[in-house]
Amino acid sequence: MTPLLCARGLSFSYRDRQVLADVSFSLDRGEVLGLVGPNGSGKTTLLRCLDRILDPEGDFHLDGRDLYSMSRPEIARMIAYVPQNSGALGSATVFETVLMGRRPHLRWSVSEEDKLKVSEALALLGIGDFASRRADRLSGGERQRVLIARALVQDARLILLDEPTSALDMRNQIGVMALLRRLAEEHRLAVVAAIHDLNLAARYCHRIMMLKEGRVLGQGAPSSLLTGGMMRAVYGIEAVVKDEMGVPYVVPLRPSENDNLAEIL
Amino acid sequence: MMTDFGRQEYERLTEKRALFITGLILVLIVLAGVAVTLGSADLSVADSYLAIFAGLFPDAVDLPERMVESNAVGIVWGWRLHRVLFAIVAGFGLAIAGTVMQGVLRNPLASPFTLGIASAASCGASIAIVLGAGLLSGGYLIVGNAFLFAMLAAGAIYGMARLRGMGSETMILAGIALMYLFSAVTSLLQYLGTSEKVQEVVFWMFGSLDKSSWPKLGIVAAVVAITVPPLLWRAWDLNALAEGDETAKSLGVPVERSMAGFMLAASLVTAVIICFTGTIGFIGLVAPHITRMVIGADHRTLLPASGLVGAVLLLGADCLARTAIPGTIIPVGIMTAFLGIPFFLYLFMRRRDA
Repeated sequence: MTPLLCARGLSFSYRDRQVLADVSFSLDRGEVLGLVGPNGSGKTTLLRCLDRILDPEGDFHLDGRDLYSMSRPEIARMIAYVPQNSGALGSATVFETVLMGRRPHLRWSVSEEDKLKVSEALALLGIGDFASRRADRLSGGERQRVLIARALVQDARLILLDEPTSALDMRNQIGVMALLRRLAEEHRLAVVAAIHDLNLAARYCHRIMMLKEGRVLGQGAPSSLLTGGMMRAVYGIEAVVKDEMGVPYVVPLRPSENDNLAEIL
Repeated sequence: MMTDFGRQEYERLTEKRALFITGLILVLIVLAGVAVTLGSADLSVADSYLAIFAGLFPDAVDLPERMVESNAVGIVWGWRLHRVLFAIVAGFGLAIAGTVMQGVLRNPLASPFTLGIASAASCGASIAIVLGAGLLSGGYLIVGNAFLFAMLAAGAIYGMARLRGMGSETMILAGIALMYLFSAVTSLLQYLGTSEKVQEVVFWMFGSLDKSSWPKLGIVAAVVAITVPPLLWRAWDLNALAEGDETAKSLGVPVERSMAGFMLAASLVTAVIICFTGTIGFIGLVAPHITRMVIGADHRTLLPASGLVGAVLLLGADCLARTAIPGTIIPVGIMTAFLGIPFFLYLFMRRRDA
């Protein structure tokens, strides 16, 4: 079976500054791909290119179809995008904000099915209790979950998330990542998430893609990719990578601690 | 606690919106009846409605003798009704244009006035009045110039935004810059003009419905009738745009094309109204806010409701403007500010407390 998403040689430049260079990867249904890398490595740009908010050079097929041959509404029915939590939500209620995710499927009126999907998504994200509150009056973590709920009701096959856990506390981070993985596996969705927390990525992503300065430094299973050498190459730091029941766990070291701590751990 | 996760609440909100719109229509009908009674010839509200129906269906309505004698139908249809309808259509159009602009630019300050469209129209009118120069001649010299300049301003804002990328800040900054530029030109013309001309300019800028007529009403109503349905049809796009360009795009809205279309339609409606009335401020700014406070931000209902609020505000202001000082008609543009702003501030302060 062909992979759901197939990108070859994606490149993008803001004026004369190249932000992405020759990024190629494929993604299967049911798979969660974590984009990791330092600030400014091109994670957000790659996500925007994948949703064609930006127009990159290169080849990009989704479900066998060329993304360049698809109209904006068609793309919206296939791909959902959760932007970085910037606090930019309108004054609509939470219910209406999530309902907006149905827009690619709606003509004008809202059907029972649409409302039901919204309720389900709210319940799934644990935000049903404040469905009637104004979205711009929510806390950062609540808002993040509203944005994810909106992406879910879009019924897309590919969900792109830009740092979905950045505004969440530890419990909610785990909750959201576990939910994304479960949705991917149960509903055969593909998920691409830019994540800063390497350990969170290692625990919940099937695969990880490491970006630096717009280039792919490596991709593969977390255990094969997250190594001390990779930490040095990408972040320029010394780190110890421990094995927690098959999942790598990265512990960065302070320069002065390098020698003794490396031994202790 | 019901676990329907907001569905019932949403249902209730939908009902509230329908109720609000229905209520506004009723208020508008009553207000229109009252407005038609205002004037030197004495008519009751009931007489007004009778006269309106008699004009529409001459054979179906049996007019009482005294109304035939006083030529009530002639007075209502010849003098009063077009002004009332003009107030309704203009208020409706200005409010919808303001709602669209605020929605597209995601800025509560956006309105035909802050975007420089109104001051451009004033500038065009001043050129026609003071210099006698313009595209059209005769009775439509001032109107033509005002319209042309308003559209010119809208085009310039659009062009500048296009060059710098279609950001809402760019558009608003460009609009404010243009507002000052056109105001400066108008001031210069006032400085250079004779005192009669200056007075005429000042009166034009007050904004009034005195010059309304059936043909003018026809033009404005036609433009509103052509532009508003597509705006309503694209209401979801406005909802999505309120969440930011990026989100709107990912929800399938062709952002640049939509923004251009929305701004063009809103500018057109504004230009065609204010070229006939002069500067009627605050309707386009206040009506959307009032409506949003009451029924929330879904543009499918916000647009029509805000239009109706605008119509009620402008018609109400015109009624007061004609009766507040006996024997004097205060320009409605001044009255809308007197009425609209305190009401708006009241709502605003109350809302903040809650």
